[in-house]
Order: sequence, then structure tokens, then C-alpha cells
Amino acid sequence: MPTFFEEKQLVTPGELLAEGEYQAGENTYLESGKIFSARIGLVDCDNKKVNVVALRAFYAPKPGDIVIGSVIEVGFNGWTIDIKAPYTALLRASDVLNRPFKPQNDELNQVLDAGDLIVAKIASYDRAHDPQLTVGEPGLGKITRGQIMRVTPTKIPRVIGRKGSMISMIKQETGCQIILGLNGVVLVTGKNTADEDLAMAAIKKIEDESHTTGLTDRITQLLKDEKAKREENKN
Amino acid sequence: MNDKQEKLIDKKGIRLDGRKADELRPLKLEVGVLPNADGSAYVEHGKNKILVGVFGPREMHPKHLSRPDRMVLRCRYHMAPFSVQERKSPAPSRREVELSKVIRESLEPALFLELYPRTGIDVFIEVLQADGGTRCASITAAALALADSGIPMRDLVVACAAGKIEDTVVLDLYDAEDKLGAADVPVAYMPNLNAITLLQMDGTLTPEEFEKAVSMATDGCKQIYPMQKEALKTKYMHIKEETQEETEE
Amino acid sequence: MSTLITKVRQRQISQLIEKGKRLDDRALTDYREIKIEEGLIERAEGSAKILLGKTEVLVGVKVGTGEPFTDTPNEGVLTVNAELVPLASPSFEPGPPDENSIELARIVDRGIRESKTIDNEKLCIEPGKKVFVVFVDVYVLNHDGNLIDASALAAVSALLNTKMPNFEIKDGEVKIKQGYTPLSLRSHPVTVTIGKIGDKLVVDLGLEEEQVMDARLSMAVKDDGNICAIQKGGSGYFTPQQIIEASKLAQEKAAEMRKKLKW
Repeated sequence: MPTFFEEKQLVTPGELLAEGEYQAGENTYLESGKIFSARIGLVDCDNKKVNVVALRAFYAPKPGDIVIGSVIEVGFNGWTIDIKAPYTALLRASDVLNRPFKPQNDELNQVLDAGDLIVAKIASYDRAHDPQLTVGEPGLGKITRGQIMRVTPTKIPRVIGRKGSMISMIKQETGCQIILGLNGVVLVTGKNTADEDLAMAAIKKIEDESHTTGLTDRITQLLKDEKAKREENKN
Repeated sequence: MNDKQEKLIDKKGIRLDGRKADELRPLKLEVGVLPNADGSAYVEHGKNKILVGVFGPREMHPKHLSRPDRMVLRCRYHMAPFSVQERKSPAPSRREVELSKVIRESLEPALFLELYPRTGIDVFIEVLQADGGTRCASITAAALALADSGIPMRDLVVACAAGKIEDTVVLDLYDAEDKLGAADVPVAYMPNLNAITLLQMDGTLTPEEFEKAVSMATDGCKQIYPMQKEALKTKYMHIKEETQEETEE
Repeated sequence: MSTLITKVRQRQISQLIEKGKRLDDRALTDYREIKIEEGLIERAEGSAKILLGKTEVLVGVKVGTGEPFTDTPNEGVLTVNAELVPLASPSFEPGPPDENSIELARIVDRGIRESKTIDNEKLCIEPGKKVFVVFVDVYVLNHDGNLIDASALAAVSALLNTKMPNFEIKDGEVKIKQGYTPLSLRSHPVTVTIGKIGDKLVVDLGLEEEQVMDARLSMAVKDDGNICAIQKGGSGYFTPQQIIEASKLAQEKAAEMRKKLKW
């Protein structure tokens, strides 16, 4: 029952990964008893399950995911939201207003207008229907401050770090609020733009070097060095 | 046509451009060349210069073209007006419409179309300079651009033509051979699945010659395939190198 | 060319084919009944109508004069066009030719052109100035599958009864004279399309079978058995072995179908 790769080998779509009693995991597929890669990425094997950690993928919506999106259309009874996915999402007026929507009283564009950004949760999504969003939970809703950046969606887990260690560290060191949309859109809100820029530089570095080890140390170092530099400039 | 045509292949089996019968033209492949596209690739195959950009999967426009049970792949093969000797009108010709269709059908077997129903993915192919075999070079580059866009694929699709000049079956015809030769057989292939996804032929071949042309073209595809994989890996190679360094420490 | 059929029907067809059977009891390598009627359009220089099962295609040949292409000053011009007439199927829509009709026209065109059946130099009136232009117009009247083979066969049949106008050159002027000369053909190319359903090769797919088909291979075969044009279509693939197998089947079927042509 052979495998045809070394751990963390870079593979391309169509590469034969394993044969026999293995399971086809993420970004792989099974055909006539053989497991092939379906995306460019780094391959690993976890308990007989062969996975490819994709280096390039787009966001596929899942119920429960927190995402950041922008309003692209104000409709008759809700909004169309671009969530950087193959599908646009819908946000119903009743969800935002917390009561039945009355077309005679409610001007939707007063609540959310085209171009506005929101943090939302995917309430439902399946093959036949576009994702529906909800903002009816604490921390969700319209974004009024901060800066937005985009990260390859597959790298978001790395930005979070083990048990949230990476992101907590950045938040602590920069004093910024950071919301990581699983669709790869990140909102950074700090006391000033310099703090925000620093947090974003750290996240960018994680994205670029996501597949290296010892990354936490280098990010800590980056944040320390930058802060030291700024102290110097002040004096 | 001149009566005293120079022979396309000499007695020693050397072609007008100096190649042997089963020799490919020089090939250069590059991935990730268009910043605005979700995936992109550039190919130089002989004097062919072709750019491919991929957008999607995304919402289909117009919406009525979307399918409830699968993703729709759209391809547009287009030649720049300055890509050929005599200026080509930029309006799509019948040839371009047909090639767009057969190229699409050569790429579809590589995709899991049942994923992402109701969406569309667009492949835009621009031939900047043509030198024979543009459809094959376009397919090789389009497969790279698709892989670069992050869409899951069964395999890369790689394409190459064989043909007949004078009385010899040869690999990878360039413009003059295509025009003056006896037959041209473009083939697209998924090497890991042994699947031929495009096959066309213009011109007459005996059954034996035909069999030889198909196997020569698939052999050509197998030669290009590693270059194609390498081009894709190159874009992401620094990541791999860093990983290795770290594990060596 | 999609007219949706239900999944149940699709499964029924593919299961039958897996067992080597078909909805209408044909063998996998059998064509439906072929009937050809020639010369029924008097206004056209040549014409033929084919019935392939319920698929019906009319081909008209018109002959005109025009300028030759600059790179072939001594040769006449062949132009093939195909119309998927809206009355032939609910899936055909009025409007400019779509990719399906363009592909159909170009497959028919390549079968005729690459077999060199028309002696293009005989269509020359005055080198570099005036040549005959042969317009082959494929008109699909009822779509019940396999339009390619039906159209290609009808086109050759129509060319076989095409009458070329007589002409003379007087004082540098070309004058069309009374009477006609038959257009002589040097070969009788027959196009055979082979569909792949599962791992079976099937000829002459009906409309419903085409919707189950993974891919198709159309091959134009000349009298000597050599293939002169090929087109793969559909979203699936063939293995190299299947292609060789299909080409042998096409040669066999083409010889049978050629007997339907009159010359």
C-alpha cells in the first residue's frame, strides 16, 4: 500500500499521492482506488488520511463562518453582499431591523448603503441557495472604523495560530482589535493608523511565510523591532 | 504555391527550422502574470505568444446561462489583430468560435463541474502572436491558469500537435508546416488519467500514420507536462524551500 | 443543444448501453434507417434531403461567381454554412449562428475540403479574377440526434447532383451560357460520429443518447478508407486505445453508409 510523496512535498493537480488503504482528505480525490491531488499545495498524511494544504484556493461558504463583506446592492427587502466567494450573500432587512420589515416606513439605504462594510455570520447555505447572512449577534454588524486587508482564505488558520495564540499576541502587542473573516477579509481597528499598519504588516508576514516553522518567534521579533524603532523616532 | 517548393523535411530528417521529426519547439511557461485575474499564465511556444486569464468561479452573468446542478465553464479564444501576417479583424471569426468550443471541451474533463453549482468560470485566451499550434499552446496555458486560480482539478491538461509533412509524421508543426503540410493532428491530454480531451485532424492520414501521429502527440504532451508542473510550482517554490530550510535546522 | 431529460431516463439509457442494448433495440454499432432524396429543390444547383431515423436535414447547393482568395488565384471557393432552424427543435433559437451551428458547418466543411473531393482548379473561370463559389447550406429541419453525420452525408449527396453553369469568355467578358455540366467529385467522404457512453463506443446517437454521452468523435473517411478530418466534442474524454478502436469502427461504418450515395 504505497504512498508517493514525502511529508510537505509541493504537489500539483493530478499528482498520484497514494494507493490502497488510504483515505482521500482535503483537496484530493479518489479514482479507481488511487488518490490524486486536486490543487497545488503541500501534502501531508494524518492517520491514513491524505490531505493537501492548498496554497491557492478561494473561500467556500460554510454555515457558522464569520465573514466580512461589502454591500453591493440595496434591494427591496434586503441587501446583496459581496463576501469574496463564488456566491454573493443575502442579508434580510428583518434580520437587521429585528422586526418585520415595512416597506412604507423603512428606507433600507438609511440602514446600510452600497459600499458599506459589515461583519456577519453565515446563517445558512446549500447547493441550491445563496448564503444568507445574519448580524443578530454581539460583535456583528456595520463596520465604521479601521482598515481592511485581504489574506488568502486558506491561510486564515495560520493567522489565528494554535488555540488563537498568534492572533492574541498581535492584538496584545499592537493594541488593535482584529476580526478575521474566514473569507480572507481582515478588519484591523486600532487607536491610530500606525498601530493598524503594524498589525497588518504582521499578518502579511504570516501569510507570506505561513508554511514555515518558528514563525511565532519571528512575528514577535518583528513587532518588538518595529515598536523599538518607533520609540526611537519619538525621542 | 511555388512549383519549386523547398522540402519541408530533408533526407536526413531535418526540418526547415532545424528540428528533428520528434522534436518540440522551445517552450516557456509562466504562471501568475496578470494581477487582476484570479489565475493566469503566459506561454511562448515557438513564436506563439499567448496570455490566459481566469476569473471565477463567480456569479453567472447573464444569470439564465447558469445551471442549477453545476458550474459553467466559458472559454473565449481570441486572436489579436496584429498576431498574424495580415491584420485579423478583432471581431470573432467562425474559426475562433469553434476553437473556443473545442478548447472548453478539452478543459471540462479536468474540472469537477458538479462543485459550485450556479456559478461560472471564465477563461480568456488572447493570442498575441501566432505561429501554428495556437490551440494547443492555449490549452497548456489555460490549464495552468485554472490551477493558479485555485479551482480543484483532476489533472493538468497539456496539448501538442503531430502532423505529416512530405511523407513523414512529425511532432509540433509550426506555421509553415501547418500551411504546407499534409495533415495536422492537435491532441490535448491528461497524462495521469491517460485521457485524450481534444482531438482534431485536418488532412489525410493512413490508419498507420494516424496511430503514429496520436502516439507521437501524446508523447509530446508527456514531454511538456513536467515543464507545466514546474512552471506552476515555480510560483509557489519559495514556500517549499523555506519549509525545507526549517526542517533541516 | 440541451433539452433536459430526467435523471431516471438518463440512468435507463446508460444502464441499457452498459449491457450493449439501446432504447430502440439497435445494436451499439447500428445506424438508424437512412433515406436520401435528391434534387428536390429546383431553384438550387444541387440539393438533397436526408432522413436519419427522425433526424431530417436538407442541404442546398448554390453556385455563384466571385473573386478567388489571393493565395489561391486558380482555385474556386467552397463555403459551408449551417442553420439550426428554430422549427427543428425547442432548443434552437432564432438569431445569429451559435457555436453549435458554427461547429457543425465547420465539420461538414472540413470533410469536403480535406478529402479534396471538389477539384478546386476546375472552378476557376479567370485566374486571379473570377472563380465559381460553391455555397453549401445545411438546413436542419428536425433534430433527433446525430446532426453531424446526417448533414455531412446530405452535403455530399447534394454536391453529387450539383450542376455547374456553362460559360464562355468573349472579348474578355465572362458570359454564362445555356446548359449545365455536372460537378464531378473525386471522392465520397462519409463522416461517422462515435459517442462514448460509460466505456462503450456507440454510433448514431439519438437525441436522448446525446444527452447521456460523455464525448464524441467525428471522423470523415474517404473511399480508400483513410481518414481526412476529425473532431472531438463533448465534455468527456477518450483513452488512446478507444480512439484507435473508434477509427476502425468509423472506417467500417463509412463504407456501409457510402452505399447510400448515388453516383
